[in-house]
Amino acid sequence: MVKPVIVGAHYGFRDWLAQRITAVVMALYTVIFAVCALTTLDGSYESWRGMFSGGFMRFATFLTFLSLFFHAWIGVRDIFMDYIKPTGIRLALHSIVALLLIGYAGWAVQILWRL
Amino acid sequence: MSSKRTVQFKIYRYDPDKDDKPYMQDISVELEESDKKLLDALVRLKAKDDSLSFRRSCREGVCGSDAMNINGKNGLACLTGIDELAQPITIRPLPGLPVIRDVIVDMTQFFKQYHSIKPYLINNDPAPERERLQSPEDREELNGLYECILCACCSTSCPSFWWNPDKFVGPAGLLAAYRFLADTRDQATSERLDNLEDPYRLFRCHSIMNCVDVCPKGLNPTRAIGKIKDMMVRRAV
Repeated sequence: MVKPVIVGAHYGFRDWLAQRITAVVMALYTVIFAVCALTTLDGSYESWRGMFSGGFMRFATFLTFLSLFFHAWIGVRDIFMDYIKPTGIRLALHSIVALLLIGYAGWAVQILWRL
Repeated sequence: MSSKRTVQFKIYRYDPDKDDKPYMQDISVELEESDKKLLDALVRLKAKDDSLSFRRSCREGVCGSDAMNINGKNGLACLTGIDELAQPITIRPLPGLPVIRDVIVDMTQFFKQYHSIKPYLINNDPAPERERLQSPEDREELNGLYECILCACCSTSCPSFWWNPDKFVGPAGLLAAYRFLADTRDQATSERLDNLEDPYRLFRCHSIMNCVDVCPKGLNPTRAIGKIKDMMVRRAV
C-alpha cells in the first residue's frame, strides 16, 4: 500500500510571517541595547542593574526574548521536519523543544523582574 | 591547428539488468570540428558505445530532455559548450531522483508536484468567441515565468526538494504556480494560495537560490516564490 502524502496544514504562512516579524524585533532591540549600554554602562553591577530597572527596558528585553523563543521554535521545528521522519519521534522532539522554550520564557521573566 | 580533438569523460553508468550498483566509467571520444556542445560529444560517445543511455530531443534548449549533472552542476547538455568544461567532464544523472538507467532519471515525482499546482488557466466565465484578451501590461507580468521548459535542473539542485520531494513543490512547480497567480485571466487566486499555505509546499524554500544558479533559461524561481509570499501577505493583512 502506498501511504498518502498528507500536506495542507494552514500554518506555513503564519509561521513564516512570524519569523520575519520576530527577526525585526530582535534587530531593533540590538540597536536599543547597544545605545543604552554605551550611554549607561560603566562596568559596575549597579549600572547594569540600573539599565534594566526602567519599565521600558524590561518590556523591550522580555519582548525580545519572546521573539527569540518563537523564532527559534519555528527554526528548530523546520529542522526536525526535514530530518526526523517518524511521526512519534518528531512529535516527542517538538514537545520537548516547545516545553523548554516556554520554560525559558518563564525563567526570563523571573530574571528580568528580579534584577 | 588540428580540427580533431579528444575529450575525456567520467560518466555515471548503471544498467539495473546487468549492474549490481552504479559505477563511474572513464571514456574518451574524438570530436569533429563541428562538435560544439556537450550533447554533440555525448552523441559521439553513444556511437562508440551504444549501451550509453541519455534523453535528448530538440538539441536546442527547448524540450528540456537532456538535463544532467555536468561537472557537479545541473544543466542542459545541448546548451553547454564543451570548451567551457574542465576535463575529465563528469556526467551524472540529476541528483535526488531515482535512476532508471545511466543518466536517465524517473521524473514522476517532479511532474506530480508540477500537476499539484494546477498548471492551467482556471476561469469559470463562458469562453469568449475568440480569445480572452489581456492588456500588454498584464501580459508583461508573465514574462520570465512562462518560458520554463520543465527540465528539472532547478528542482533537482534544491536541497529542500531532495529532503521532501513528496511535500515541497520545488522551484519549477512554484514558478509555474506564480505564472497562473500572476495571470489576470485566472480566477482561482485564493484557491491557489490556499493550496500553498502549508509549512511544506511553499515555505520549505529558504531562498538559497540554487535554482536561479542552474536555470538554463535564465529564469528566477526565487523571485517568483517571493512574489507568492507577497500575495499571501497582501491577502492576510
